[in-house]
Amino acid sequence: MIHLTIEDQTGDRQPIEIPEGISLSLMEVLKASEYPILATCGGMALCATCHVAVLEGADALPPINDAEGDLLDTLPDADADSRLACQLRIDETINGAVFRLRSN
Amino acid sequence: MITTDIGIIGAGPVGLFAVFEAGLLKMRCHLIDALPQVGGQLSEIYPQKPIYDIPGFPAVNAQELVDNLMEQIAPFHPTFTLGERVENLERQADGSFYITTNEQTVVHCQVVVIAGGLGCFEPRKPEIEGLEAFEGKGVAYMIKNPELLRDRRVVLAGGGDSALDWTVFLANIAKEVTLIHRSDSFRGAPDSAEKVFELANEGRINLILQSNISRVSGNGHLQEIAITAKDKTVTNLATDHLIPLFGLTPKLGPIADWGLQIDKSAIEVDTTDYSTNVERLYAIGDINTYPGKLKLILCGFHEAALMCQSAFKYVYPSQKLSFKYTTVNGIPVF
Repeated sequence: MIHLTIEDQTGDRQPIEIPEGISLSLMEVLKASEYPILATCGGMALCATCHVAVLEGADALPPINDAEGDLLDTLPDADADSRLACQLRIDETINGAVFRLRSN
Repeated sequence: MITTDIGIIGAGPVGLFAVFEAGLLKMRCHLIDALPQVGGQLSEIYPQKPIYDIPGFPAVNAQELVDNLMEQIAPFHPTFTLGERVENLERQADGSFYITTNEQTVVHCQVVVIAGGLGCFEPRKPEIEGLEAFEGKGVAYMIKNPELLRDRRVVLAGGGDSALDWTVFLANIAKEVTLIHRSDSFRGAPDSAEKVFELANEGRINLILQSNISRVSGNGHLQEIAITAKDKTVTNLATDHLIPLFGLTPKLGPIADWGLQIDKSAIEVDTTDYSTNVERLYAIGDINTYPGKLKLILCGFHEAALMCQSAFKYVYPSQKLSFKYTTVNGIPVF
């Protein structure tokens, strides 16, 4: 099992467990868990509606790719801990990480 | 004024294929799109990417699919208004609609089909108190005519390609250029970033890193901004223009004000014919939602076909619709 913790916009933290070997992005898991994210563009790193802050476990995550970096650079409110959930795969690199939802 | 049977908002793949299905039923179409070319996301965002789930095409490049659709609908002579955004929809006494764009183009049609995909791409606005009060009074989110900035004091905000490119461009035109970026580096476009650092070293622009704009003020027109650095120190800067360049984000736009049932930025439809809760108004493709919705081009094609069968009754109220195969009957010409 992959274990994650999600902090929503109200500060409430909930654990999520996802079976290993599932081909999903963090954005897809958040949507399936009924978190209020729009994911308008469907995972193309275009809309930033799946913007998250990595509170714990950032170092183990894969580096930011070009599409994600370009979009994060254009955002008015991104920080050093910002990532796009649609670009993060659910695998062992994400196990144990804690994310805070940043999108409105 | 343009007169047609079906007014289609959005000229992406689903809007284009709706022209074909409408054409089989001898209904004419006019398409309106905010982008300057047809194809929607396919042409604008990923023209060279392959798509693998179009039936009959093991792989097809996005732009090639758009070109093929244009060829497929050519016999039905669709007409287009491109580079204009639909602003207003007005119901007439006979049930038909007037669609008006931001350039005041008017389309009169019996049926309106929204095939708007993700929606319109609009500038992303930073959260700065009072910013909206200065829109058009020193604050703008895009640069349409750089000549208007000649010999003026200009502040740009952002760290993406367009913020970097405009900083370089305006360095030769404006009286004073300041670029404010929240980080201390630029991840995209290394060439442009290098040029910006060079200009800053030569003293030709002001580069303020690790800072955000926290306040705007002025007397009717923008006069001053406050810049808050990461260490919380605040500096005031007098300026004539502030141009936040934080990219574009898809929004529903004016469609949200048409009385449609909307769930999470998508239009709820009846899956028997993809009609909305507003009579003669249909929504197909990525912009609609219903139980089990999949945002796939092939699903949009199916939705277009069923929508046309339903729209027929508004275009030809006195005729009975008979279903025909193209293999048997070919393609009607008009």
